[in-house]
Amino acid sequence: MALEFSPEARKRADEILSRYPQDRKKSAVVPLLHLAQEEWGYVTPEAMVCVADMIGCSPVKVAEIATFYPMYNKQPVGKYEIHVCHTLPCALTGCAEVLGYLSEKLGLQPGETGEDKRFTLKKIECLAACDRGPVMLVNKTLYTNLTPEKIDDILKSLE
Amino acid sequence: MAAPISVLTKELRENPRLADIDVYIAQGGYKTVEKVLKSMTPEDIVNEVKNSGLKGRGGAGFATGMKWGLCAERFPLYLCVNGDESEPGSFKDRLLLEGNPHRVIEGMIITCFALKINLGYLYMRGEFFQIIDQMEACLKQTKAHGFLGKDILGTGFDLELYPQAGAGAYICGEETGLIESLEGNRPYPRLKPPFFPAAIGLWGQPTIVNNVETMAQVERILDMGAEAYKQIGSADSTGPRLFGMCGHVKKPGIYEYDSTVTIRELIYDVAGGIPGDRKLKGVIPGGISAPILTPLEIDVPAEFGAMGKIGTMGGTGGMIVMDETTSIVDALLNASSFARHESCGQCTPCREGVPWMNDILRRIKEGKGRSEDLELLLDICVQIHGRTVCVFGQAPGVWPVRTMIVKYWPEFKACIDQKRLVVLPVDESYLKPDQYEFVPPVPGNFRLKPEAVAAAGG
Repeated sequence: MALEFSPEARKRADEILSRYPQDRKKSAVVPLLHLAQEEWGYVTPEAMVCVADMIGCSPVKVAEIATFYPMYNKQPVGKYEIHVCHTLPCALTGCAEVLGYLSEKLGLQPGETGEDKRFTLKKIECLAACDRGPVMLVNKTLYTNLTPEKIDDILKSLE
Repeated sequence: MAAPISVLTKELRENPRLADIDVYIAQGGYKTVEKVLKSMTPEDIVNEVKNSGLKGRGGAGFATGMKWGLCAERFPLYLCVNGDESEPGSFKDRLLLEGNPHRVIEGMIITCFALKINLGYLYMRGEFFQIIDQMEACLKQTKAHGFLGKDILGTGFDLELYPQAGAGAYICGEETGLIESLEGNRPYPRLKPPFFPAAIGLWGQPTIVNNVETMAQVERILDMGAEAYKQIGSADSTGPRLFGMCGHVKKPGIYEYDSTVTIRELIYDVAGGIPGDRKLKGVIPGGISAPILTPLEIDVPAEFGAMGKIGTMGGTGGMIVMDETTSIVDALLNASSFARHESCGQCTPCREGVPWMNDILRRIKEGKGRSEDLELLLDICVQIHGRTVCVFGQAPGVWPVRTMIVKYWPEFKACIDQKRLVVLPVDESYLKPDQYEFVPPVPGNFRLKPEAVAAAGG
């Protein structure tokens, strides 16, 4: 069955589409895929068809974009998606310990999602907060200067 | 020792609420836009920016006024501001976007007025969730206050500016990759020359792509005047710079200085030195692509020109400091893993060569390095360099590999010989500057002098 955005998301999509000249709606593909991911948690082929209809191009053009960018999940992820930066500045300030601690605490290897679908643990490239490493992104929120104690507090706040 | 300045960062350090347009206006915000739109011609503005000597702050250090001057008058023109800050070690655009978003918007309005542009986009990396939401709100405020939209301030000038989010790809920070992304295509960079974005850019029209900080600098130049702006820094690198200090320093953060400050001063005086007063092993002086400097090379001013002369680059001004406990092999493996992850895959030398180098570096780290590996790595560098559509293949791909291997040859050699990860005593880990040579003009084009190789045991 064809997917459709909720009325609120549709309103938001129309606002996004209005940012580009009339004949350039394809430019909305990246923001609309973000919207689709917010709407359904991850980007399915059906969601790609839905976005393609909105911008008037073939679904495969949308798939080309959805498969290029790492931020689009093609599989379901946990309620909390944890991205730990592992690029050099964070590596120098101890991201390996952070990743190890989280990995043990959540029982997940980087790239895995828990069976209860609560957490997904991932590594991510530089988040541009190098003066406050180690850092991680939990869904949309950036956490900095991580220590085991701080991670405990963050995880507790997510319960 | 150079003194700190606060041309770009004064208000944002003093006032955490600048994203609120009323707060921004109360401390003098949007006065520059008002002055410029009401009393200057587009030509005046372009001349002012040319005269200021401003070099773009995105990493390449290209003269902003010259870039603007290359823009064809084939309408419509577009502005794309690059806020895809993803170069490891760089975090200055985040500070500006988070802490003083309206100054960036002011710079965009001035730039568009100067180049007769009526539509512009601010492209921000997708992981900047909070910043993107804030910027969207800021742009709405700006429009509600009459600084965007139709007939701005009664001058007849129309302008719309919109935010655009990326989705986690470093390559979108390459200006033609950014344009492709904004057009809704896979963000494969475009071949250039012959056509640069100033001739054929977004939707086939002339387009200026400038960095976020460059926009903030433009506002400062038009506020204070090019003559006053030029007094800051040196003739080579005018105006304030934002230096991001990270890695092994006591006081990491963004510091505003002019370009006459030396790398040594930035590490030891500005950022407080190295924790535990350990020894310095090396510093990557302008984002991960900027070729590393050994402790014997840090008495250089942070000018674009002076850095270029010694084979590195000013880049983004983000400095990654590494102390004596750091394994350079491991650091390079990390940098190479970044490049492997971010290669867009368009060009074979980069798509295949960067992962190949990454595999070799991993086996060296794991004690399985082969005696021919260092020569092989340097050879792959040659095969990638200049053979790709964009500079990605060489900047994060080749320059760190070539520079670290040449300068820290003894440490790489020790890892291979001893079949394990070795961190040499710091003074033995790198060569002296007279043991290698820089072949200009491309950054990171270092060669070992044969006698040095012989001395290090072949």
